[in-house]
Amino acid sequence: MKRYAIFLGCTIPARQPNYELSARKTLEKLGVELVDLDNFTCCCPPPIQSINLESSQAVAAYNICLAEEAGLDIVALCNGCFESLAMVNAALKNDKELKAHINEVLAKVGKEFKGTIEVKHFLQVLMEDIGLEKIKEKVVKPLKNLNVAPFYGCHSLRPSKLLQLDDPERPQIFENLLEALGAEALDYRDKLKCCGGLLKGISDDTALSLARDKLAKTSKAGADCISTLCPFCFVALDIGQIQVKSTFQEVFNMPILHYSELLALALGVDSQELALRSHKIKTDAVLEKIA
Amino acid sequence: MPHHNIKNAEDMSFSEEVTCRHGGETLTSCYQCGTCASSCPVARLDPRFNPREVIKLSLLGEREEIVSGDAIWQCTSCFNCQERCPQNVEIADVIYALRNIAIEAGHSPNIYADFGIALVNEGRIVQISKFVEKKREEYGLPPIKPVGLEDLNKILAATGFTKPEKTEESK
Repeated sequence: MKRYAIFLGCTIPARQPNYELSARKTLEKLGVELVDLDNFTCCCPPPIQSINLESSQAVAAYNICLAEEAGLDIVALCNGCFESLAMVNAALKNDKELKAHINEVLAKVGKEFKGTIEVKHFLQVLMEDIGLEKIKEKVVKPLKNLNVAPFYGCHSLRPSKLLQLDDPERPQIFENLLEALGAEALDYRDKLKCCGGLLKGISDDTALSLARDKLAKTSKAGADCISTLCPFCFVALDIGQIQVKSTFQEVFNMPILHYSELLALALGVDSQELALRSHKIKTDAVLEKIA
Repeated sequence: MPHHNIKNAEDMSFSEEVTCRHGGETLTSCYQCGTCASSCPVARLDPRFNPREVIKLSLLGEREEIVSGDAIWQCTSCFNCQERCPQNVEIADVIYALRNIAIEAGHSPNIYADFGIALVNEGRIVQISKFVEKKREEYGLPPIKPVGLEDLNKILAATGFTKPEKTEESK
């Protein structure tokens, strides 16, 4: 049985029980053991990198050291955590000078980055450790006739040189994993464009315009729901619909479900166990369609 | 790859100041083709931001305009530009380096002060309240593990992390 250190980050444990519950339940059902390690800190995502990039790299490396000591690879659920940790993991493995520099800092807390583990996104664990065939076998409730607009977000894919999740311009991993559940993975315009989430509180108009654009284009493509991989994309598009309604008087009623939630439903997890009520946009239409 | 503090900032041109920073190393490879601007989701919505202009002004040494202006804060860090740059300029990373310089000079949107305080005090940028901890228990989620706050603060101190200040000018 494959074991992983689960890296929850800040937003998921504080605000998205729907993501954490569905991810834990599905990985458990698929035979992955999750270990909650002590002392993980903030991953130091873009807002902290904007304050001090060197500090952010060192803190990310510290988190990786904790998993190295436990002899475990990391699985990250949040795109932000995945990017921060996977980027530093790859950069330090490739750049001896940077590694030596960061290790000078880590020595002050008795740590050393060795480069012995992998940092994986939730999707990579599903694809690489479990595989499409095994997932298909485990599906008890296929998501037949469900038109899903996959939304990768930015930091699952980019910068691809360091993250290497999939082709940054024509990725397929998410689509393949949706189709394994029996769903239809829709193509739509500007699929890989940002949700605007990181501009909230800085440039709210731009942030909301980007979210609105995503909702408009997925609606036009005939999506029954948008599927996300990241808590920030989820908030931008779920709570974002309330702001779009009050600002633009536009109602999309587009359910937003993390991939882990669709996976849980397809694997037969009772919807009552999934904290779906924490969504601002009701998911009932999706549940009815797959019933 | 050059790192921090090679010489004093006052003895350097602005582009040298940027290129000897983490993230800023590739600035001078830019030949102003504009692939970044045409790949940018913000540039088409907000006239304050164009990544090609940010790079150009940095190369031209317009330190004050970059450091105290609005532009660098409008990037969403989506990395589209960086992905497509034919010269391998790590544009989003250069913008981090520019933001790091701006924050050291006392300029940033106020929300960054909140991020800095939360990181130093809690070790996370989103707090977990007692209410949330109770809710987690109801959902059957495991208790939150302790954060390595002491180690975190030692690392921040060793890397010169300074908390951004709230200012009047940034609304």
